[in-house]
Amino acid sequence: MGRYVIRRLLQMIPVFFGATLLIFLMVNVMGDPIAGLCGDRECDPATAAQLRKEFGLDKPVWQQYLTYMGNVFTGDFGTAFNGQEVTELMATAFPITIRLTIVAILFEVVIGITLGVVTGLRRGKPVDTGALLVTLVVISVPTFVTGLLLQLLLGVEWGWISPSVSSEAPFDELIVPGLVLASVSLAYVTRLTRTSIAENTRADYVRTAVAKGLPRHRVIRKHLLRNSLIPVVTFIGTDIGALMGGAIVTERIFNIHGVGYQLYQGILRQNTQTVVGFVTVLVLVFLVANLLVDLLYGVLDPRIRYA
Amino acid sequence: MRRAMRGRWVACAAAVALVATACGGGDDSGGGGGGDSGAVLSSSWGDPQNPLEPANTNEVQGGKVLSMLFRGLKQYDPKTGQAKDMLAEKIETTDSQNFTITVRDGWTFSNGEKVTAKSFVDAWNYGASLKNNQKNAYFFEYIDGYDKTHPDDGSQQSAQTLAGLKVVDDKTFTVKLKQKFSTFPDTLGYAAFSPLPQTFFDDHSAWLSKPVGNGPYTVDSYTKGSQLSLRKWDDYPGDDKAQNGGVDLKVYTDNNTAYTDLMAGNLDLVDDVPAAQLKNVQNDLGDRYINTPAGIIQTLAFPFYDKKWDKAGMEKVREGLSRAIDRDQITETIFVKTRTPATDWTSPVLGGDGGYKEGLCGDACEYDPDEAKKLIEEGGGLPGGQVKISYNADTGSHKQWVDAVCNSVNNALDNEKACVGNPVGTFADFRNQITQQKISGPFRAGWQMDYPLIQNFLQPLYYTNASSNDGKWSNADFDKLVDEANAEEDTGTAVEKFQQAEEVVRDNMAAIPLWYQNGSAGYSARLSEVTLNPFSVPVYDQIKVG
Repeated sequence: MGRYVIRRLLQMIPVFFGATLLIFLMVNVMGDPIAGLCGDRECDPATAAQLRKEFGLDKPVWQQYLTYMGNVFTGDFGTAFNGQEVTELMATAFPITIRLTIVAILFEVVIGITLGVVTGLRRGKPVDTGALLVTLVVISVPTFVTGLLLQLLLGVEWGWISPSVSSEAPFDELIVPGLVLASVSLAYVTRLTRTSIAENTRADYVRTAVAKGLPRHRVIRKHLLRNSLIPVVTFIGTDIGALMGGAIVTERIFNIHGVGYQLYQGILRQNTQTVVGFVTVLVLVFLVANLLVDLLYGVLDPRIRYA
Repeated sequence: MRRAMRGRWVACAAAVALVATACGGGDDSGGGGGGDSGAVLSSSWGDPQNPLEPANTNEVQGGKVLSMLFRGLKQYDPKTGQAKDMLAEKIETTDSQNFTITVRDGWTFSNGEKVTAKSFVDAWNYGASLKNNQKNAYFFEYIDGYDKTHPDDGSQQSAQTLAGLKVVDDKTFTVKLKQKFSTFPDTLGYAAFSPLPQTFFDDHSAWLSKPVGNGPYTVDSYTKGSQLSLRKWDDYPGDDKAQNGGVDLKVYTDNNTAYTDLMAGNLDLVDDVPAAQLKNVQNDLGDRYINTPAGIIQTLAFPFYDKKWDKAGMEKVREGLSRAIDRDQITETIFVKTRTPATDWTSPVLGGDGGYKEGLCGDACEYDPDEAKKLIEEGGGLPGGQVKISYNADTGSHKQWVDAVCNSVNNALDNEKACVGNPVGTFADFRNQITQQKISGPFRAGWQMDYPLIQNFLQPLYYTNASSNDGKWSNADFDKLVDEANAEEDTGTAVEKFQQAEEVVRDNMAAIPLWYQNGSAGYSARLSEVTLNPFSVPVYDQIKVG
């Protein structure tokens, strides 16, 4: 087990370098960002040259990348064009996005799995068909429509929530944005759980458990769910990274200054250091989430063991 | 089905109930700053692109803050745009090249430091010095010695201070320009010319995280990227004391969200009504929506560095293109009257005395498809049979109007392929393509004035090798007239000279004027006396709350 974890951690190193290099090159290909800093006029060449030097843009790309990587290992992620340290931006953005992601994941787990179990056990009943229809609708409606509709209804028409989230972004303000962010995945989790449960209800071990006279809730919890949740856990695990990086739309709608906002701002201003810094952290999140998921398999199904 | 649905709604309702209790008293914005009686208003804001320093801020969002934090030698009247003395007691000159500036007594920075002649001279030297990377450094280029503090050829900076600035005593300093520039005093209302306190130089990073100025407001707290709280400065010595307790500037990523917040009573003032809401804004806000002219003009510039556009006869093609654009229809349908069809190359905010001349463009800006077709044929047709209008697609609904302009041109010429839009992903990339002269057709050129002078609408844009002459248009007659106008002591005559120069621009159709942009804003019922100045920035100090 320990060996397996170490091997996985070592595998992260090339992935990490490859991903950062790719992002670095992508942002660099967009060209020189300095020209965008002077409004609708040409930067005076002397100042532009100075700025390029300051942000290290005057060196060849490979050298820029090496310098950048070297700095990253000393905890220096560079500076954004407005003079803020990227680490400072991360310190404000990541906690907010993590909170938003936690809310979204909770919705997925609680509502998604519950609905999935209920419909999975009542295959073909009206409940099942209804839930299928609802999830189909949710999957097919884009996030920004759901977001804007909820914002308009709850925020403006009925005044139950504030349409935008304050800069502190406490948990309670993130409930509706979290629901919007989770909505699509929520539908997937529901359907995935339903299918998985439906398949396993016919399995031999379930029949055995029922024949032993175990109470129904125990059969479901101990035997059925543990086996059925493996694909669901995989999905939710990979979704953590996707939610954190993909919250751009939701964050824009509700004016949440999280990772999505900083990435958007960074891409728009072609600020390599911001974009690469944030994406690097997101890559790490993805990798760690994946590892955790794989380790959870062993907990859910003792037959899966890593030597 | 019923049960599942109910589960969903119960969850929603629970969620909403939680949020509702949390946001129950969401509309208290009472001033937390030092017991001031005035109420505080909240206003939409965008994250400023550059550090908040007077000589480093060149866009509206940062400028907004500077307009509350600083007062310079001159102040532009929010209604007329006229430059009026603020901290300047008098500015004297005998030759339009050497100026003696006397600073008024009794002004201090909000930290108690006195504002003296030195505060100005130090600030200007800082702005002009290359090593400080100030993006507005070129505002000091007319001052003698600028080329030593800011060598544009990339050579070593040989002086730390401008030779043309001399402190005489606490109240007086002299400015020597490198050329005659009669309207120089009127440029001094621009934020780059603000005075700076000693703390700015002593502890720069501390100053940046909590700027200190001499304007009607002080910074109460500043969370970068999300909120800046400004509070009324009670001991402010000027006449334009703040009429409210303060302003909370809240950063919005998306102006649609800001508008929604205004509708929900969560925000008091939005100074950028999103294009998508312009149709409903009258219904939503009634007379709490303002739409006033601002010193912004949109034009189409041409790549004169490209032989195809610079040969004889092309002026007819350019004029033809201008006549093929139905400005009235585009400003009506796409911009819902927040733009006005342009009839000259300046802006109505200058006023008649300031050099705005309605109809200076004449027929060349009138929509006439038949005439357009004829002119383009006479001039030898479109280069390569097609024009590509380049624009940056990342901000400000440019796509819509470029497509509309192209449609208009295509209809006029009965040719589906005469004109297409060429979107460029980001503003920086767009600017790069322009400066590297990679653009081979007309491109979007917006100009927001720095100060309300006709000079500012002509010289930076059309003078040979000027800082914003992106198309590299060059015309000896125009340059001569501008030089004469700058040397002219009498303002009226100077303005006339500039208008003659503008006629040279017209006769060559150096750029196609499209429309004047208005500033638009919407505000909540709590506010009154909301106006926008000619720079499309709300006049915060005059707003009354409650």
